[in-house]
Amino acid sequence: MATEDATGGRGPDSTGLETATHPLPERAVCEQILARMQLIRRFEERAGEMYAKAKIGGFLHLCIGEEATIVGSEQAMRDSDYLLSTYREHGHALARGTPPGAVMAELFGKVDGCSGGRGGSMHLFDVERRLLGGYGIVGGNLPLASGVALASDYEGTDDVTLCMFGDGATNQGTFGESMNLAALWKLPIVFMVVNNQFGMGTALERHSAVTDLSRKAAGYGVPGRRCDGMDVLDVERCVGAALEKARVDREPQLVEAVTYRYRGHSMADPEEYRTKDEVEDWRPRDPLTTFPARLVDEGVLSAEEVEQLDEQAMKTVDEAVEFADRSPFPDLASLYDDIYVIGEQVRDPWWSTDSRSPDVHRGEQEREAGEVAQELAEAGAAHADETDPETRAARAQGEGG
Amino acid sequence: MSEMRYREALNLALREEMQADERVFLIGEDVGVFQGAFKVTAGLLEEFGERRVRDTPISENTIVGMGVGAAMAGLRPVVELMTINFSLLALDQIVNSAASIRYMFGAQVKVPLVIRMPQGAGHQLGPTHSHSFEALYTHIPGLLVAVPTTAADAHGLLKAAIRDDNPVIFIEHETLYGRRGEVPDDQEPLRFGEAAVRREGGDVTIVGISRMAETALKAADTLSSEHGIEAEVIDPRTLRPLDLDTILTSVRKTNRAVIVEEGWPHGGVGANMSALIQEQAFDDLDAPVARVTGADIPMPYSKPLEQASFPHEEHVVQAARATLGEI
Repeated sequence: MATEDATGGRGPDSTGLETATHPLPERAVCEQILARMQLIRRFEERAGEMYAKAKIGGFLHLCIGEEATIVGSEQAMRDSDYLLSTYREHGHALARGTPPGAVMAELFGKVDGCSGGRGGSMHLFDVERRLLGGYGIVGGNLPLASGVALASDYEGTDDVTLCMFGDGATNQGTFGESMNLAALWKLPIVFMVVNNQFGMGTALERHSAVTDLSRKAAGYGVPGRRCDGMDVLDVERCVGAALEKARVDREPQLVEAVTYRYRGHSMADPEEYRTKDEVEDWRPRDPLTTFPARLVDEGVLSAEEVEQLDEQAMKTVDEAVEFADRSPFPDLASLYDDIYVIGEQVRDPWWSTDSRSPDVHRGEQEREAGEVAQELAEAGAAHADETDPETRAARAQGEGG
Repeated sequence: MSEMRYREALNLALREEMQADERVFLIGEDVGVFQGAFKVTAGLLEEFGERRVRDTPISENTIVGMGVGAAMAGLRPVVELMTINFSLLALDQIVNSAASIRYMFGAQVKVPLVIRMPQGAGHQLGPTHSHSFEALYTHIPGLLVAVPTTAADAHGLLKAAIRDDNPVIFIEHETLYGRRGEVPDDQEPLRFGEAAVRREGGDVTIVGISRMAETALKAADTLSSEHGIEAEVIDPRTLRPLDLDTILTSVRKTNRAVIVEEGWPHGGVGANMSALIQEQAFDDLDAPVARVTGADIPMPYSKPLEQASFPHEEHVVQAARATLGEI
């Protein structure tokens, strides 16, 4: 059970962050920012509902509360810049412009999903928009992002890679290793720690000796800066400056966005590690409250226009769900497709072995495997229709990540 | 034909592929100024410069991960890890990233990456520098695995590995680095998935993995000269994909199979190959498939203990004779 020691006193005032008010950009930009944040919020709310209805399997990590951090950094990026994110990345894909239907279809495991139904919620990918993945291993994307930045540098382009990860990832070995290499080789990369105050269920001050995470890479030669992750304009300004430094001066940067995750780590999270009061303390900072309120206060948008944009977001999400519902599941015979690039360096031997049936065969010949193999594949797939109340009940009580 | 050492053949393949393709570059611990812990990269820093021959800090997981990222973004990195034991530090990036990325992201990108590393016992390097992990990497779908044993194969397979669009685990052997062999002039890349029949024979099939192909050949000579047994020796050269066809063709002729590997028995390459042979050629077998493996222990330092821990020709001779009912 939670204790006061473990969870108390972690409101927005505890972060030591000094906030400034930035002037609003022109109306069209304000509208775009708000529409993107609303889309992410509504999408995530609906994804949660779809999870409860068992349309989405596995784990589902919602970014509700982090919309300003996501949209602010996307606003600062060029289209040609690369983005690598974590398993809490639905919002990143939406902000980069991946069609919401393709994101929802991926969550549903459908063939029209942005990863073809192979990756699921934690592994979204959109090469066209240079979203090079959501990654399921905490800290696993830092070396990958450093490699992408190395490629940009090697090819002499001025693209920058933005690598986003959580506060928990700053404790992984890859954090130090990647910072050191990026600084040593002057790579065009911005590391961005989305400090949502928790590494899964362990609060920041219980998992990191240094809680001002922007300081954590300085010893490796990567300077850090903090921004208010609940203020989309502060994020944009801070990430923009960091991207520029990396792009022009080839000096990798660390940005810490101080934000808050209103929902649990995943849907399977009873949230015993924090108090309801703490969550409520952060409510006034909700970017989906503060940003539209400011737009109305300053006469940029009317309350009705804010409402209309929100309705549009809900309509877009409705359509995304309809699209995902309509999309078929991937063909069972495609099971072995694209494990390998079949090229001329390899003869036609046994790439993969399928031993699911008595007709042991090459995986790449799954389509010609015969009736028994096909029947057994269908028999296996038919278990998808079973509801497993025990597993779901256990997950609802907080078992698993 | 030119005679050269195994390490020189690897060096030649790297040089040729770097000359041919600007996207190919080397990254690893001490590959540049030090010229490689086993001197495989000798002279390459001088020829290609620091942009393309990159000394790294000791950070295996990040070195491999950067290789994967650079490959996703269009380059063709060749990563050197100092020994296969150190690759365990990078297992996350090898399995969760390199092997999975193409499949889990719906084929939107490819990962043309080579990870080179030596393995093997016999140099008294103890339990953290001497192991053989080809079975571990063969286990993983998404990876290609090469285990070249001759200078010519080292050259031809490394060229193929660099040109291929998949992540390749390229396993060299510390004992083989100094071996001399003929390499055809202007040799084209060899193809993965083509086993080599090193010796023909009709009595028993012996499959030797990595350095054990050499041990199997020595054993075959003894079997012939001292026991009148003619063994067919197969070097699979690559374990993923595996040229099972050549092995099965041989087993259908000899009706007996012995698999020799330096690695551990549980879940080993031989265990897997034995299962594949009995699945595909059960009716052709006149004896159970035999395995000769390394001892099921961490590699000891002491010289007699170490030498007793991995297969020598005597073990192979004994196993082959057993399949013929002679023992």
